[in-house]
Amino acid sequence: MSKEKSFTDELWDFFCSLKLAIITLILLATTSIIGTVIEQNKSPQEYMQNYGMSESTYKALDTLQFFDMYHSYWFLSLMGIFAVNLICCSIKRLPRIIKIVREPTLVADDNLFRTFSNKGEVVAEGTIESVRDKVVALLGSKFAAPVVTEQDDKVYLFSQKGKLSRFGVYVTHSSILIIFLGAMIGNIWGFKAYINIVEGKSVDAVWPRAGQTPIPLGFEVRCDNFEVTFYEGGGRPKDFTSDLVVLENGKEILKKTIEVNDPLSYKGLTFYQSSYGPTGDPVYSFRVKNRETGETVTVKGAQGKRLALPGGTALTPLGYAESYQNFGPAAQVKIGTGAPFIVMKNYPQFDEKRGGAYSVSLLEATQSYYTGLQVAKDPGVWVVWLGCLLMVLGSCGAFFLSHRRIWVSIEQLDKGIGVKFGGNAHRNQPGFVLSFDELTKDFNDTLSS
Amino acid sequence: MNSSLLFNVTTVAYFAAMVVFIVYLTSANKSVGFVATLICWVGFIANTGAIGMRWVEAYAMGYEQAPLSNLYESVVFFSWSILLIYLIFDLKYKQRAIGAFVIPFAFGGMIWAQWSLDATIAPLVPALQSNWLTYHVITCFIGYAAFALACGVSIMYLIKVGKEEKAAEESPIGGILGMFPSSKVLDDLNYKAIMIGFPMLTLGIITGAAWANYAWGTYWSWDPKETWSLIVWFIYAAFLHARFTRGWVGRRVAWLSIFGFAATIFCYLGVNLVLSGLHSYGG
Ligand code: HEM
Repeated sequence: MSKEKSFTDELWDFFCSLKLAIITLILLATTSIIGTVIEQNKSPQEYMQNYGMSESTYKALDTLQFFDMYHSYWFLSLMGIFAVNLICCSIKRLPRIIKIVREPTLVADDNLFRTFSNKGEVVAEGTIESVRDKVVALLGSKFAAPVVTEQDDKVYLFSQKGKLSRFGVYVTHSSILIIFLGAMIGNIWGFKAYINIVEGKSVDAVWPRAGQTPIPLGFEVRCDNFEVTFYEGGGRPKDFTSDLVVLENGKEILKKTIEVNDPLSYKGLTFYQSSYGPTGDPVYSFRVKNRETGETVTVKGAQGKRLALPGGTALTPLGYAESYQNFGPAAQVKIGTGAPFIVMKNYPQFDEKRGGAYSVSLLEATQSYYTGLQVAKDPGVWVVWLGCLLMVLGSCGAFFLSHRRIWVSIEQLDKGIGVKFGGNAHRNQPGFVLSFDELTKDFNDTLSS
Repeated sequence: MNSSLLFNVTTVAYFAAMVVFIVYLTSANKSVGFVATLICWVGFIANTGAIGMRWVEAYAMGYEQAPLSNLYESVVFFSWSILLIYLIFDLKYKQRAIGAFVIPFAFGGMIWAQWSLDATIAPLVPALQSNWLTYHVITCFIGYAAFALACGVSIMYLIKVGKEEKAAEESPIGGILGMFPSSKVLDDLNYKAIMIGFPMLTLGIITGAAWANYAWGTYWSWDPKETWSLIVWFIYAAFLHARFTRGWVGRRVAWLSIFGFAATIFCYLGVNLVLSGLHSYGG
């Protein structure tokens, strides 16, 4: 028989080893830094300009997949090793843990007692039976109801608490694999896309981020209205919202006003407010007063159009600002072929001072917007959340609970009934020492009297 | 009274506590240690009040946001978290001397915030207006604070353990080092702090992912901040495994803990100040 391990045994040991786990963790940590220093997924020109790379450096780094490193073969392989390591390690250790939990040692002989660092002895009066009953009651009320074994004229008790905490580690470790699984499902069956919808219009397909062909939605999304509000005194947007309607075969199914941080979900797709912009020319209405006659008219029309005024001349709107130097909405206009001037909605009297034949005030200007939406489909996301939940529960179990066990043996001695007790915890020894000291006191109090 | 006055009180209190802790180490007088802890409590209460008041002030200005919206607010909250963790450890393990190595982190945060960070209350951009921000920041910072304590304790460990080995045959260690808890206790405190910090960081990463998914539809996008939080998480996971299953104790885990905290600080500040990314703090 040769002592040589077969190749598969070697491989198995390699993947079961915890040294591998620690090395993998450290490698993952250090290599991840690369992608935070080199911006990912930029164009070759940007790398060569922004980082001052020569073309050969660029080619070398590109071959190493440093420009999309989190999806590179070597990084994914590291993740793969991490996962295989976790699986092998668990497979190797789980049977032992199940055995400890399902088939506990019920009878503590002297050898076992010798291994305990927490133990005690009392000599009690009475019979084996009466002492046994007292200890059973004591353990039942102070710790956990014991299993009683009678063997060779001796009585053995065993009780345990928190045995499920042994599995906390396995829950934590499986949760990592479940998160990986969720990420894979999302990568295979999900997508990320975007659309721009002009107010009042609808779309039935979205454009994926990577790719030229639109993905049909199977339903329509219409944007009825888009609105943006600003913080007072300054151009910072406070909020932007879109009134979206989902239509199937022309029928309205669902209506929702979405905003940043409050998306719309329908049939596994989620629509996120992400950007906006003006589209097309604004439409204005003005009140124009003939200063000589005092006659007033209201004219309406789009930017660049000549809006005829009584008397043969015309008013032409030239431009629009939502917030003109903090004075609110304003339009630039000209009359006939005169010089352009500004009128403001919030200050209708402003134009009186200008002089000229007419005075103009801005009544209303409507600019239409498009709303920019991100669209995501990720059927794996629930798997990821399940993994996260298990990770939190599992780590709580692994960190804060422990499997505590107490063994007792009761036998007839010359001077009375000898009671030996001892125990251990698989984690948090100091905490166990404290509670064991309490228990020792209880044993002494109940049995020596 | 307003929040900036209370923040001043906080800074002064942390400074005083730091000085009195050092006096405590040199004088070995128990009541000095008690006074130092008392000052910590005063500073902590002032810090709490100041953060609460800033919240009210923001609401009064019409911004419905928790006071965790810019770098200044996050740094004073970091100092608050360090005190929270420190005081819990003080109540539970009663090791006064570690204050001298932990409070400086809190004081450093406060003085930096007050000297050179912009304290104006500014409104949040729409992307950050979410309750997830609050959960995310609180869990992350409690984690960071626990790592700060672990780092302080590890520094003490490294100072003490060399002396202990030398002194073993001779007389017991006196002087300042005599006031340090034994290296065994320090080692244990290091580990206990990380046992709190690690699950908190885990929760912080998860709440961050949940929020990103809710707001943008991607729970993970490998932006530098996310990646660095994962790096920190890997380091402490390696720490725990080394400790649990390979029986690492002593110098090596102390260094790992200091190293982990350096990575934490880089994740918190370095990423914004040195690298670019989505996160707004310091932007
Ligand atoms: C490379 C992958 C990993 C492997 C092979 C691995 C393996 C192990 C092993 C063998 C144990 C000891 C179990 C025992 O004492 O019965 C353990 C413990 C633990 N691991 Fe991992 N682990 C890995 C990654 C992780 C990660 C990423 C985490 C992060 C959450 C983690 C969290 C834990 C925790 C909390 C314990 C508790 C140990 C205990 O109390 O027994 N593990 N791991």
